[in-house]
Amino acid sequence: MIGELSLPMLIASVLAASAPLIIIALGETLAEKSGVINLSLDGVVLFAAMAAFVVAKETDSLLLGFLAGGCAGMLTGVIVGYFSIYLHLSQVAVGFALSLLCRDLAYFLGNPYSRIQGPTMLSSKLPFYDSLPSSLQIILSQPLTVWLALLLVAIIYYFFSFSKAGLNLRSVGENPAASFARGLNPAKIQMLAVLGGAFLVGIGGAAYSLSLKPGWGRPQGAEGIGWIGLALVIFGGWNPIRVALGATLFAFLQVSGIGLQDLFPGIPSQVFQTAPFPLMIFTLIFMHFSTSRSRKQGYSSSRLQRLAGKLFMSRAPKGLGQSYRQE
Amino acid sequence: MDVEFQHISKNFGQVQALTDVSLTARSSTIHGLIGENGAGKSTLMKILTGYQSKSSGSILLDGVEAQLNNPSQASNLGIGMLYQEPMDFPPLTVLENFSLGTPRQSRQELHFALKTLSIRFGFDLDPDLPVELLTVGERQQIELLRLIHCNIKVLILDEPTTGISPAQKEALFPALKQLAADGLTILLVSHKLEEVANLCSEVTVLRHGKLTHHTAAPFHFPKLLTAMFGFVPKRKDKGSARDKGSPILICKNIEASGERQGLHQCDITVAEGEIIGLAGLDGAGQSTFLRLAAGLISPDQGKVTLFNNSLPHGAKAYIRAQELHTSFIPADRLEESLFAGISLRDHFSLREEHGMFWQSRTRTRQRTEEAITTFSIKGTPEDLAEDLSGGNQQRLLLSLLNRNSRLILLENPTRGLDIQSGQWIWQHLRDELSPDTAIIFSSPELDEILHYSDRIIVFHDGNIVLDSAVADTSHGAIAAAMTGMREGTP
Amino acid sequence: MKKLIIDILLGSLLVFSFTSLVLLIAGAPVLDAFKHIWLGAFASSIKISQVLSVWVPLTLCSCGLLFTFRANLWNIGIEGQVTMGAIGAMAVLRIPGIDPTLTLCLAFLTSMLCGGAWGLFAGLLKTRGGVHEIFGGLGLNFVSQGFILWLIFGPWKRPGIASMSGTELLNRKLWLASLPGWRVATAGIIITITILILTWLFLQKSRLGLKLKAIGQNPKAALLYAISPERYYLQSIFIAGSCAGIAGFIQTTGVYHRLIPSISSGYGYLALLLVMLSGYKIVLIPILAFFFASLNVGAIQLPIVLQLDSALAGVIQGCCVLCALFILGIRHDR
Repeated sequence: MIGELSLPMLIASVLAASAPLIIIALGETLAEKSGVINLSLDGVVLFAAMAAFVVAKETDSLLLGFLAGGCAGMLTGVIVGYFSIYLHLSQVAVGFALSLLCRDLAYFLGNPYSRIQGPTMLSSKLPFYDSLPSSLQIILSQPLTVWLALLLVAIIYYFFSFSKAGLNLRSVGENPAASFARGLNPAKIQMLAVLGGAFLVGIGGAAYSLSLKPGWGRPQGAEGIGWIGLALVIFGGWNPIRVALGATLFAFLQVSGIGLQDLFPGIPSQVFQTAPFPLMIFTLIFMHFSTSRSRKQGYSSSRLQRLAGKLFMSRAPKGLGQSYRQE
Repeated sequence: MDVEFQHISKNFGQVQALTDVSLTARSSTIHGLIGENGAGKSTLMKILTGYQSKSSGSILLDGVEAQLNNPSQASNLGIGMLYQEPMDFPPLTVLENFSLGTPRQSRQELHFALKTLSIRFGFDLDPDLPVELLTVGERQQIELLRLIHCNIKVLILDEPTTGISPAQKEALFPALKQLAADGLTILLVSHKLEEVANLCSEVTVLRHGKLTHHTAAPFHFPKLLTAMFGFVPKRKDKGSARDKGSPILICKNIEASGERQGLHQCDITVAEGEIIGLAGLDGAGQSTFLRLAAGLISPDQGKVTLFNNSLPHGAKAYIRAQELHTSFIPADRLEESLFAGISLRDHFSLREEHGMFWQSRTRTRQRTEEAITTFSIKGTPEDLAEDLSGGNQQRLLLSLLNRNSRLILLENPTRGLDIQSGQWIWQHLRDELSPDTAIIFSSPELDEILHYSDRIIVFHDGNIVLDSAVADTSHGAIAAAMTGMREGTP
Repeated sequence: MKKLIIDILLGSLLVFSFTSLVLLIAGAPVLDAFKHIWLGAFASSIKISQVLSVWVPLTLCSCGLLFTFRANLWNIGIEGQVTMGAIGAMAVLRIPGIDPTLTLCLAFLTSMLCGGAWGLFAGLLKTRGGVHEIFGGLGLNFVSQGFILWLIFGPWKRPGIASMSGTELLNRKLWLASLPGWRVATAGIIITITILILTWLFLQKSRLGLKLKAIGQNPKAALLYAISPERYYLQSIFIAGSCAGIAGFIQTTGVYHRLIPSISSGYGYLALLLVMLSGYKIVLIPILAFFFASLNVGAIQLPIVLQLDSALAGVIQGCCVLCALFILGIRHDR
């Protein structure tokens, strides 16, 4: 146990804290699998969180709030997609500039809504809730976003591995010229992937301001999350399951940081709030080293290892970050 | 389906790639399209597949004008192309590659279709293997099966035998004849006359983007050669063999990884003044050997000795090799050896002024102007490397070579050059460099090797299968060695 | 030339309309907002000197970034390099009993070394570990943030109570002097101008500049010219880190006179934007840095007079870069 937290409480908090990050990282995975890096994540998360909170507050509807978050995300997706796919500009440059712009835009436009009460998504009761043992009750009483995040992991994994559209999307990320030769439209597919991904990032942002850290302010509490999401996708090997596991690990670090605070009163709480970020990034970098070694060992003929390889496969789409110009 | 090209022209900016080309390919036949590198064959075919747009002219399919603005339209009309370099997705599996671009079908149906087709053509393909683990020939087989599965009516093959094994060739040719007999229109782009004669019933020759000859079988080779090259390429008399001196490069028991097969049990000794041609199919180990000698890669086992100094392992090896007067020019000029956006003068500055902190503009400018005159490079010192043509880029690279080089390693030195440029390069290499400089080069053209080298080393699947003086061997023996058949060994 | 003027006008128009739109959405008086930014930046000599004191770190960071951008490195870790420079300076300044001038000189050198070392760290992660510099840099930014917080709340806390407002004020003798009536450290301006000139010299006239350009364009080919990309990646990122470290030194000794948690004030990230906007041209750096600095300073009073958030400055700056990229994109497309 960490500090005052009991195990069920710990699991419950980790699940809750990981949900928005999972959604955000899955959105980025979608875009990157098609070959486009959307580096604007950090700002977009805040922008969407602000838009979601403002709309939810004005309309008093959580659903409209989430939709607004998604649309705000998609709006930035239009810019990233248009600039990098159609104007062939550096994806890193566009993403970085947009990230800072969105962050400041969120602070500026959200200013009147700072530190006020708004609608909050509470944890919902499952139908068979009362018949469960109390520890499970604690774990399973979660807001809808948690279930959404878990569902999305399955959906995205299925989409990439088994659907025709997912295969087309992956093919564009690997070799856009060959996809074009086979009658696909790489630019269109990339644009759709970026828009879809940005929509998910927006939903993830909304999950912060409407559920995990309700309300708006400067700082909101979701600062830096976008960067973690990006790192998760890249070091998680563009694999939805690994990405989700990484997000859970980050949530665990954050939650246990809060728990550990009580054990070490000498260390200021700010250190505990910051610590998960470098810890996470260096954990990812470390994992990246160990997996890159095992990846070189080549292809295995055993069926089980094949399955494991498929579930946790990690490799960069070959066309990642380069814009494709039709001849 | 009959394919009729009518007055097709294509220009890339100022460059006229195709001028008024008209030809007809009839169904149930294999139509050959030949010409030297850059004659416009591939461009014409890419226009037919909608991969590139045409500047003017029209294409008729069974007498009806067709709109071919993108590959999707072309494939809907039943046109499919097998590209020279496999146009596929290496990390994806065989089945996934097979299913991309085919009509919507379930996994089981696709699996079944792939299996049936493989059996029909005698190909052996594991559907779950990622394509990157396959040979070029196998990747081509998948693509061919996919096209057939899509019910194409016109099949275009761009140099289908480059980089595939003889066994795969054995499997491919009957399959193609069978497909033509089944009613397909096949267009075969090639520069190998034997293959064309073996397969085609009609041949069209392109030269500098214009149609120069059209004939039906039987073919008269001298006529075809004239149409391809304008004249039968007459090489100057071979220069006399140079004197050999003391050994300068010794490779002992080398095992290295690289290309498809790596390099195994490689033992080579090179002496001063030798000119050695490295032959072999694409990726058989020649490039790995050149990079090994240049210090760009380190062997897994064994050691490389240059001028009595053994090369260190790792990144320092290349710098050390340069100190030992070894120079390497890779085949891919803009990708690997020049800086696209940097001026000629700055290339000289980068090359020459070691150990100085400031640039000296006047001195390098003077040096560059000298080089431009000596090497007749068409350009000024302030021109960027990317603005030069391929031939001029190669001249620039030669002019950048360290003049004290004692060992020169060249990877396909005449790649993409026209005949004149190629001859100029060789004349320079043979005449201008000191006679005790050794040259090792690789080339896909056997003629180039036979003509310019004194000694030939043939690679096959990462092994050296032939090492002999050019005078002591025959064309047939080399060709057999390249394809893996060893003469005289059981 | 004519085309360039049209582009600049078009860009300004785009930025102006977007900003106005944002202001309208926020329900703010558009012209008033611009007027107050102007007044906030230039109304008095105190304001102008505030602008200059922002100009100093921005220009310093941009000079450093010119080196890394040349080698095609995204030194996003510059933010942490500023912080580490400030920490390094503070570590020396806290040593009691040395002559103040000597202390300041030592602090200056230490800040350069600390910033540079922090940059080198990200560089080594890239060259030795294959970790993209964006993520290595980001991780190190977070680390430096945690480190400075720990120092301020732990070992270097103010006697009595630790707080976000930072460490104890420095002894006045350790403050960088400014001219009477000006609130900007004269030494800071002089250092910055020197660094600007040095950067220009190094990039344009030295072989280092040429080699960095070559590596940035084609690291594979660089090897054939006996230029080791790794070595120059490390050199460029060390130089960038040193420039950032100097910025940290001036922030500590010339602006805040103490260590605060946000000592880098986001100037590193802002400098990344600025260098992109300049098109990596050094002549534009001081001018654009002045423009960005005046926006930052001018926006400070927006919350008081118009109840608007000062993030408006960031909105305008980000928008400038995106519009510049947009115009670049459509020009290239044609």
